[in-house]
Amino acid sequence: MQNRGKISTKVGFGKGLKNAAYSNENLIVLGSDITTSVGVNIFVEKFPDRFYSLGIAEQNTVGVAAGMALSGLIPVFSTYAVFSSMRTLDQIRISLCYNNLNVIIGGAHAGISVGPDGATHQALEDIAALRALPNITIISACDATQTEIATMKAISEINGPVYIRFGREPIPDFTSKNQKFEIGKAQIILNGGDVAIIATGSLVWESITAANYLEKKGIKARVLNIHTIKPLDIESIIKAANECGALVTAEEHQITGGLGSAVAEVVVKNNPIPIEMVGMPDCFGESGEANELMEKYKMNSNAIVDAVIKVIERKKL
Amino acid sequence: MIGKLEAIAKKIRIETLKSLTAAKSGHTGGSLGLADVFTVLYFHQMRHNPSMPDWENRDRLILSIGHVAPVLYSSLALSGYFPIDELQSLRKLNSRLQGHPGRNHGLPGLELSAGSLGQGLSVAVGMALAAKHKNQQHNIYCITGDGELQEGSIWEAAMSAGHFHLDNLITLIDRNGVQIDGSTEDVMALEPLDKKWEAFGWDVFHCDGNNIADLIKTYNKAIKKKGKPKVIIAKTIMGKGVSEIEGNYKWHGKAPNKKELEVFLKYLS
Ligand SMILES: [Mg+2]
Repeated sequence: MQNRGKISTKVGFGKGLKNAAYSNENLIVLGSDITTSVGVNIFVEKFPDRFYSLGIAEQNTVGVAAGMALSGLIPVFSTYAVFSSMRTLDQIRISLCYNNLNVIIGGAHAGISVGPDGATHQALEDIAALRALPNITIISACDATQTEIATMKAISEINGPVYIRFGREPIPDFTSKNQKFEIGKAQIILNGGDVAIIATGSLVWESITAANYLEKKGIKARVLNIHTIKPLDIESIIKAANECGALVTAEEHQITGGLGSAVAEVVVKNNPIPIEMVGMPDCFGESGEANELMEKYKMNSNAIVDAVIKVIERKKL
Repeated sequence: MIGKLEAIAKKIRIETLKSLTAAKSGHTGGSLGLADVFTVLYFHQMRHNPSMPDWENRDRLILSIGHVAPVLYSSLALSGYFPIDELQSLRKLNSRLQGHPGRNHGLPGLELSAGSLGQGLSVAVGMALAAKHKNQQHNIYCITGDGELQEGSIWEAAMSAGHFHLDNLITLIDRNGVQIDGSTEDVMALEPLDKKWEAFGWDVFHCDGNNIADLIKTYNKAIKKKGKPKVIIAKTIMGKGVSEIEGNYKWHGKAPNKKELEVFLKYLS
């Protein structure tokens, strides 16, 4: 895995939209005032006739998206993840999920790494809130390249509402431009057998960094990239549990209700092995630089290494 | 013509009451109060074809107040979308007639799953905007409650419809003046309602929502006006047609039992 340099995943989302728009004339973007900062400006510049500005009115925007989807269009509603997933939760539940409509919801500036803006703007509960809803697909890709590919795939294969989560902070771009990407199928990045690190989003690169460090200490880790939180790749998780006997989950999100919970739900029903969870420990964030916050709230490679050592101790018991 | 439509409205009321009694629960007052509006929409105003429920150029009815589903179902059945007998399955297990409309159960003619107040108008705006985007000529009819207008998202939707000059959108407010806790003006005052909608960029019309001739006249006037979205503030009487229920908000969320049904059907015939 080679880091080609740091790029924000929101750039991948914008490029994915623009690419998909050439072959899909039904793709429409709805704006919530912050088009540039959520990455959709790349689309708007190219296709101004397929953009409608709805203002700072997220609840209405979801309903408008539902009406457009019922009319055969594929609307994209993208704003900061705190608003796009939670201010609109009832609209997403009834107007989008219950009607099972083809709408792309962009969750921008997700995670604590949005930094200095502070807790109000750090979406750390979006996966938990949306994961309980029937019919929705939740995507949280690990870098800009994968976010671009995932966005195009989500649009070309759309069958119900899709939430795509992405961040603002530039992170290592490392996945292949020609990668095989299947929604709902985990990507196995490293195939060790001592422990499995099951990660999503920005923490996938951190997991690879942790695995490289651990290898020098004689611990061979498997790294699973869960780019699709829902539907979850249950098969790969059970296989990892059976073959490694210990798991660490890693996400830039609350542990409560997030990837860690989702993995635990699978593991306890099939092979209840020890799990340690790296993620936000049931508290609000605060202002600070991204790397400072990831260190303080223990969501980086150091935290993953610590969790691996702990879970391997538990495995021996 | 008016006489024929009045006869249909009576049939809709009868089928609505019968289905509510069979269901043993549901919203009687609002459903009866809207029977005349539904008659005018499904049997006069809207271009639709029950044998082609997915016809792309059909006019759409978006019912924002999902709780009056019984009057929608009766209107669809009497239009020919599905057998009238099926109305007896309202609110029962494995039924296509959910307590609040649910499209996933496959009922033909149903445009939207709805039941959480304040969402339907936004969906109607999206449909109207989509029709403009695709250069289509059909109209979007929306029905909201009056208590429902207390939801903030309604005004987000109203603002956006005005902004986009959606003159293919005609919303009717079921202005029966009541909601579950009592009079709308006591619970959370809505007046002056016409000035509010005007300020949001809408053409406002008033009519008697229980008078077929007045409804037809008002829809005609509204359709002809171009350039702005249209709202009809329709004064209705909750429970209209059954004097025991009329204006009595205790009948908002209650269904008649078998004895009451017998009495009510006598009133209607
Ligand atoms: Mg009312």
